[in-house]
Amino acid sequence: MTAAERVAGGGSPAVAIARRFGILVVSVAVASVVVFAFMAVLPGDPAQVALGVNATPELVERTRQEFGLDRPLVAQYLDWVGGVLTGDFGTSYVTKEAIGPQLLDRLGVTLWLVGAGMLVALLIAVPTGIVAAVRHRRPSGVVVSAASQVGVAVPAFLAAIILVQVFAVQLGWLPSGGWTPPAYDAGAWLRGLILPAVSLGLVQGAVLTRYVRSAVLDVQREDFLRTARAKGLRPYPALVRHGLRNAAVPVVTVLGVQLATLLVGAVVIERVFVLPGLGSMLLDSVAARDLLAVQGIVLVLVVGVLLVNFLVDVLYTVLDPRLRRS
Amino acid sequence: MRGNLVVGAALVGLVVVTALVSLLWTPLDPQAVDASVRLLGPTPEHLLGTDKFGRDVFSQLMVGAQTTLYVGIIAVGLAAAVGVPLGVLAAMGPRWLGELVMRTSDLVLAFPALLLAIMLAAVYGASTLTAMIAIGVATVPAFARVARAGTLQVLSREYTLAARAGGRSRWWIAWRHVLPNISGMVVVQASVSFAMAVLAEAALSFLGFGTAPPTPSWGRMLQESQELLAVDARLALVPGLAIAAVVLGFNLLGDGLRDRFDPRLEARR
Amino acid sequence: MSERARPQGHLGGVECNQSAPGGTGAAALLSVDGLSITHGETALVDDVSFRIAPGERVGLIGASGSGKSLTASAIMGLLPDGLSASGSVTLRGQQLLGGSERELSRLRGKDIGMVFQEPMTALNPAMRIGRQVAEALTIHGTSRRRATDRARELLDRVGLPERTARAYPHELSGGQRQRVLLTIALANDPALLICDEPTTALDVTVQAQVLDLVAEGVRDRGSALLFITHDLAVIASVCERVLVCCDGRIVEEGPVATVLSEPGHDYTRRLLEAAL
Repeated sequence: MTAAERVAGGGSPAVAIARRFGILVVSVAVASVVVFAFMAVLPGDPAQVALGVNATPELVERTRQEFGLDRPLVAQYLDWVGGVLTGDFGTSYVTKEAIGPQLLDRLGVTLWLVGAGMLVALLIAVPTGIVAAVRHRRPSGVVVSAASQVGVAVPAFLAAIILVQVFAVQLGWLPSGGWTPPAYDAGAWLRGLILPAVSLGLVQGAVLTRYVRSAVLDVQREDFLRTARAKGLRPYPALVRHGLRNAAVPVVTVLGVQLATLLVGAVVIERVFVLPGLGSMLLDSVAARDLLAVQGIVLVLVVGVLLVNFLVDVLYTVLDPRLRRS
Repeated sequence: MRGNLVVGAALVGLVVVTALVSLLWTPLDPQAVDASVRLLGPTPEHLLGTDKFGRDVFSQLMVGAQTTLYVGIIAVGLAAAVGVPLGVLAAMGPRWLGELVMRTSDLVLAFPALLLAIMLAAVYGASTLTAMIAIGVATVPAFARVARAGTLQVLSREYTLAARAGGRSRWWIAWRHVLPNISGMVVVQASVSFAMAVLAEAALSFLGFGTAPPTPSWGRMLQESQELLAVDARLALVPGLAIAAVVLGFNLLGDGLRDRFDPRLEARR
Repeated sequence: MSERARPQGHLGGVECNQSAPGGTGAAALLSVDGLSITHGETALVDDVSFRIAPGERVGLIGASGSGKSLTASAIMGLLPDGLSASGSVTLRGQQLLGGSERELSRLRGKDIGMVFQEPMTALNPAMRIGRQVAEALTIHGTSRRRATDRARELLDRVGLPERTARAYPHELSGGQRQRVLLTIALANDPALLICDEPTTALDVTVQAQVLDLVAEGVRDRGSALLFITHDLAVIASVCERVLVCCDGRIVEEGPVATVLSEPGHDYTRRLLEAAL
């Protein structure tokens, strides 16, 4: 069942969206249980993990009590979820600091990165995909689609390494890493954001190009495009006015999947560029064996993915009037 | 296009042969550390030079192909073995079961391979096994969806309707009609998933959550090369291009097979 | 531009031998001379020539795959990828074949309007009907406000209720959509209207209504009509003159009454027999 069918399934658009929202809430709830269970039930007591194998049993026991790990799992879960709902992600077993504020801070960095990456991907994919589709029988179109095929195969971190080598090390145009908050120095912030965003967006742009191309190819065969031409519209205006919105429907699905991929891809890119985002916090927390922090970060990332899927489904109803009424 | 299939098969074949040969023979011991030949450029003895420990890059690359294929085969095999029956079941079984399978797969999709692997690594410590399991589990929904869609298509065809009308059992139909008819789609999906698995494994090794040292892995070769980029970009390019070539190979193979199995789509690709 | 495979296949089963057509008219609006359409080595339309005088209603009849839709596409300059046309097509003396996209797009929708076979898919599903009709006017220079008002008038003229302008295509029936497409094709009072099997996809009662609207539309505007169909009855009710197309050639032409009562060509005779 596609997302479109799911939305179209019931009555008015408001009902459909409300139902989809219900699914989102249930999914988030189930995901929180899965994340919690994963961290809490699996062998290796979190306190033991945090303190390392050399910790004395007394110390482990004291830590367990301190963080409430000796209570029943259900109580621990409710406590955790209750806290998360108010923005309190608990206190780190390792640093003894509140996780929430740091998480929020890091999330900001990651969202900038993902947003900029998506923008780069769109800026690459939409024009290239359209040109490749319109010229698919000509050499230029074939070259574009071959290039996108190769682009898809390049791992984001390889792109990052090459870009750093060229633009930071050789040419010295842009910093090779690090983060300046936008409020502190907007220029430095932007310069620091370019290479990570391009690394992240380049590969996704290649993936997206292929989908844009095939969506535009499909839409070009539609009878209504012929009608538009018969009205006197020239090929590109006909495509822009009548084709793109219809081609957007399948592309938006992919866009949703891609946003999720970007969110996770950011983990790798943040590592390469030493950006203080959610991904590097996740890796640091894993290295520090800070399971509660890992649990919180994973939940935020998963909820992010679920939220994107929800928004994609809602966007369908906006793009395709056939789904608005049934 | 025929070209896709040929180029894809050639690239994949090259990696498979390399991995097989490396089981029996490599030019040098890929794990042999030799401080006297650190960071050597390409020489007749070291075709692709040596790394910072003086290990032979070409030999590492060959053995690394094993890791890549091994992780891919197990992960994709696991995903197909779980996902395909689930998908068929979702299409043929009662409505609630189909609903359950699809909703669950939606949920699993919210846990990308990389995230699952990091979660597993956080609890169990990183290893090739956690990477394979994580990638496998994250890929199950892809197979379940393909299998379900394919099964629904087969079930609507006349020959299955005839078989049903003839009183054949569900499972007979599943075995006799559904599986043979969806196998093409599953193979295409396997090829595409393999490419994604290779990328995921590389990313994990790059982050230090994949294959543990000293077993050579392309992702880790990349990671180790990072600090030496300014000195010698070759160390990053060699494994990087190897990863890209395999991913390209499997993607092209998938596209080529798709055109083969579904000629109607040929014009579009 | 594929044509629908028809279940009975009467026309498709009729064989024909080819002979050269005649027929000329003074001061032709549209002249097609030696038009051939090829796909690689294969000729799909072979040396077709005919003329249409201003205001004249001409039927083009033939079996599926006889090349009649391609002929219409070639006149519009909208042949599918991979097909090429040679010969000459002139509208009021202006050469259309091989004309630049700029010149052709100025003619399309203004001097030549076209209605296609498949109403269900010929309208943009994501755009309101009113805008799609108004667009036909704004492309050719009408101001947006004027076009919006005019679109409502035009829709009213083909008997569509006022709210149609605000509707999306999926909210209309096939017959209603075909009326919308007719409205679009006639919006700029074109000198020539081409209809490519406009009623084939509709059921019988709706067919008659749409045919009446086509006849009325061209009469009111003094437009010429090229009506493509495989249905003899439709030709008899709408057209004055008929061209019979077989295997990419025109094998007979003449006034409808003459051709239908005294068919000169063997193929036409068999067409008539098959229809009765």
